[in-house]
Amino acid sequence: MNERQKSLAALKAAFPHTVPILTGFGFLGITYGIFMGAQGFGALYPFLISLTVFGGSLQFIAVNLLLGAFNPIQAFAVALMIQARHLFYGIAMLDKYKNMGWKKPYLVFGLCDESFSINYTAKIPESVDRGWFMFWVTLLNQTYWVVGSALGGIAGNFIPFNTEGIDFVMTAMFIVILIEQLKKEKRPYTALIGLASSLICLVAFGADSFLIPTMLIIILTLTVCRRFIEPTVDVGEPFGGERL
Amino acid sequence: MTLTQQIITILMCVLATVLTRALPFLLFSSKKPTPKFVRYLGGALPTAIFAMLVVYCLKNVNILSGSHGIPELIAICAVVGVHLWRKNTLLSILLGTVIYMLLIQLVF
Repeated sequence: MNERQKSLAALKAAFPHTVPILTGFGFLGITYGIFMGAQGFGALYPFLISLTVFGGSLQFIAVNLLLGAFNPIQAFAVALMIQARHLFYGIAMLDKYKNMGWKKPYLVFGLCDESFSINYTAKIPESVDRGWFMFWVTLLNQTYWVVGSALGGIAGNFIPFNTEGIDFVMTAMFIVILIEQLKKEKRPYTALIGLASSLICLVAFGADSFLIPTMLIIILTLTVCRRFIEPTVDVGEPFGGERL
Repeated sequence: MTLTQQIITILMCVLATVLTRALPFLLFSSKKPTPKFVRYLGGALPTAIFAMLVVYCLKNVNILSGSHGIPELIAICAVVGVHLWRKNTLLSILLGTVIYMLLIQLVF
């Protein structure tokens, strides 16, 4: 088999694995585009942000950051915390992404929850090139997300109904993610720490500047109380469930 | 925000994302085990952060005035209820958002 045939065979094997993501990313991407449009951003914004950031949770938060006062340090810190879980995926993929040549930088760049889930768990047939398979999974998933966002961004300008309140899509998304996270933990300690720290800081620092103090308190509490918390959280096998 | 400030904000998001995705490949190897504390944080942080993000989404809700956060409360209960019942992420998000939009546009 030459390189082209290898690539095509891997695409055929990879595509079926990504079909559930096509629905999920399609729906959420379109919603994200409409949501950005409702906040006054043109279709180019969701398209370019999905292309470069490629992280659903963070992208929704980033819309709010763009609407607030310019604060790059807060943006970086918030982004780092939201994306911290990816450290886990990288650690799990150390072996699988070895010797991938030119594909490796893109595989690492596109290591979102969904691509990780597939590439980590998929039983790739012996006859299929692993590098090409994982490359296609990553590229197909990002394509769904980027195309969905762009379509939503364009559709957002022609929506015939009142979009007031569509920003609740972000709240609903994080609540669902939180429920899924809670299911994996024996005790809801970390959720309570996150909830209590943010409520206290929200009252103390106000809606515009409570994120950084909240994150500092969360890290501090997790560090000090590690003895009690570590047995309740899953620090073994990482598995990206329905996270975005 | 000016366009330059917007670009810088997005670049910060890109940088942080790439950093969390690439760091393990740059720092650790499959032979050299990952520091325990890093693994612990990787496992313990997400839930705390997602709880924070829920609060962040609701940060402008004022329970003392306006609609007193009632539409938010109803919609949140709907999301939680539907999600525990049907376990379908997209359905929970879609239904919760529609309920919220109807509430603030037609009821409150």
